[in-house]
Amino acid sequence: MKNENSKNPTRRKFLKNISSGSALAVSGLAYFSVSSCKQVSDEKTTLLTTDGKLVQVSNSEIENLDHRHLPATREESRLGIPGKKFVMVVDLAKCKNAKKCIEACDHTHNLTPDRPYIKVLEMQDNEKSSPYWMPKKCFQCDNPPCVKVCPVGATYKRTDGIVLVDNERCIGCRFCMAACPYSARVFNWGKPPDQDESIPYSPETSLPSEIGTVGKCDFCPDMLRNNKLPHCVTSCPNGVIYFGDEIDDTVTNGEETVRLSTLLKEKAGYRYMEELGTEPRVYYLPPVDRLFPFEETTQENSES
Amino acid sequence: MSKPDIELQKFRTKRGKRLLNHLITTSLQYKLWIGFLLFLIVLGMFGYYRQLRYGLVVTAMRDYTSWGIYISNFVFFVAISLVGSLFSSILKLNKNLWARPLTRISEIIAVAAIICAAVIIIVDMGRPDRIFFVITHLRIQSPIIWDVIIISTYLVISILLLYISLLPDIALCRDRLTEIPNWKKKLYRITAINWHNHPKQIAMLRKVNKILAIAVLPVAFAIHTITSWLFATTWRPGWDSTNLGPYFVSGAFMAGAAVIIIAMYFVRKHLKLSKYITLNHFDKMGKLLVLLSLVYLYFNINEYLGPAFKMVGVEGEHITELFVGKYAPMYWFVQLGGLVLPIVLLFFKPLRKPLPILIISIFVVLGAWLKRFLIVIPSLQHPYLPIQGVDESYLHYNPTWEEWAITISSFAWLLLIITVLIKLFPVIPIKKYQQGSEIVFKQNIF
Repeated sequence: MKNENSKNPTRRKFLKNISSGSALAVSGLAYFSVSSCKQVSDEKTTLLTTDGKLVQVSNSEIENLDHRHLPATREESRLGIPGKKFVMVVDLAKCKNAKKCIEACDHTHNLTPDRPYIKVLEMQDNEKSSPYWMPKKCFQCDNPPCVKVCPVGATYKRTDGIVLVDNERCIGCRFCMAACPYSARVFNWGKPPDQDESIPYSPETSLPSEIGTVGKCDFCPDMLRNNKLPHCVTSCPNGVIYFGDEIDDTVTNGEETVRLSTLLKEKAGYRYMEELGTEPRVYYLPPVDRLFPFEETTQENSES
Repeated sequence: MSKPDIELQKFRTKRGKRLLNHLITTSLQYKLWIGFLLFLIVLGMFGYYRQLRYGLVVTAMRDYTSWGIYISNFVFFVAISLVGSLFSSILKLNKNLWARPLTRISEIIAVAAIICAAVIIIVDMGRPDRIFFVITHLRIQSPIIWDVIIISTYLVISILLLYISLLPDIALCRDRLTEIPNWKKKLYRITAINWHNHPKQIAMLRKVNKILAIAVLPVAFAIHTITSWLFATTWRPGWDSTNLGPYFVSGAFMAGAAVIIIAMYFVRKHLKLSKYITLNHFDKMGKLLVLLSLVYLYFNINEYLGPAFKMVGVEGEHITELFVGKYAPMYWFVQLGGLVLPIVLLFFKPLRKPLPILIISIFVVLGAWLKRFLIVIPSLQHPYLPIQGVDESYLHYNPTWEEWAITISSFAWLLLIITVLIKLFPVIPIKKYQQGSEIVFKQNIF
């Protein structure tokens, strides 16, 4: 905290942003209240409008809005969350291709189903071994080929291990896509689908996405900042994805919290294509003793 | 409006007349040719307008085949730009006097090609509005930045090589061509920057030319080696190779020599320069093309034999795709029709005559373009992880009309720059300075 003084203006600005953000939220509420029909309750709360008036709003009109707090700025997004080293463990024994992680991710990041950040791949290591499902997202490599080739520093590695893309810096050369051995990146070839352009851009939310720039799985740092798990982890019905902090040595799938080191040791955790030297931050647990028999995509497993 | 009368122009010698005639006469053929090129350019600009408006979605590129014919075309243009260094450096320093009349054509082609390469790479960008980020936010460890630096260096050196050696000839045009429009007089006056064949000027020119001839060589090698590193620094099958640098450079010299032969043929025919671009030139260029093709063949064998012998994983898939798969017809056309067959045919002297060698060279150039397609696209279609869970259109790559229009118009630009430069400046170096310590120049060439 030696730079306390120099940090103060930023903090003040940040607080200011928060207050204007909440004012924005309220005006949004006022708008919504016209269109939504809700039960009127007698209890009221006094709120401040954007033009400085105090108004009484009934409590039934007030609801919590997700994502209405201002996301991290581009500068803040470059630093990472202090004291953290995020890590993910994917238990291949539990995945049955429910694809809920994809749905949740597409929804949050405003993606169309033809170009998701997450893919669940049908893998078969050799002819004799049984096929299995492999959820794949960005591996957030510690030696990231994409970061090395970026000519303008639009993609970068943070102190908390996350690799992010700054859509306002990206020039769209797609060298990172050619360099990534895991095909983790997707490109905004055309105009992104309809999205709320009013929210300020943040590399942590990857929203609003911009035409002609690259995007990828970002480990949902906006959720992590609020001590919440990424959407793919919480949406998985089978607890496949464990997420946590390497420094704390704990990971959780939302149901159970386990020691990272124990989990990797006991279940023989590995990283995909270790020989490339990219040092991924995503580990896999081998598809042994599987909970579900392998089935091609059917109505059943896409519904569950 | 007084139209300059060509008949009034007096030439002192036949040589002067032959070499300068094309600067003052404009044939209908020339006008039609320019009109045709402009039509192609307009078509390409319409394609690019659509790309700017709707984004790269108008191309057939998608998340797996994320680089397409723009990039292969870029590599092609970089390749043929190397030919400038072949003539103004390698052949010049080796005192191959026969190649002297071809020096300027090669330098003009080099300048035009490197300009087109720089432009086509901007066309490929998703955000061309942020082009200057490569200067304001550059990160030196990215091979793209190395490429930006080396391409701009080569552009400057190529322009200097062309311009410096042109100076005496521009001065000649300024002094001798009387019956030309005023804007042309002005152009020659300004671009000749007070050149007066002063012995000091000549001495300086020779010195600068020598420095440039030496300086351009490492830059030329670097430009295509670094372009190959755009691929070799990744893990893609077919790119992940230590052979890629010399493979690219040798391929570039082969393609460049073939481009020169094509240019020679048309310049000789349309500018009626058969006295200066002789059958002997075609013969010599044919032999040179064989030599350069043999070097390229050697690196080709190196490039494919190892992976084809081992057939490991995605490298094996890639080789299978090229040898017997989807891209096999193109691959064998390129390797046989664009490389092996030209070598064999050019061993025979009758086939080194202008027309046969023109046809062979067209095959070589076509093969060279398609080879770059084969280098860029199939590699991207064999990632380590299987391609699943994406839209059907992501699995193939068939360039859209916008991509073809833009690519064809980039060729039209190339030809337009070459044509205009040839029209404005003497295409065969006119001024000759005697070798040796005593600096004398031939005054009475008109």
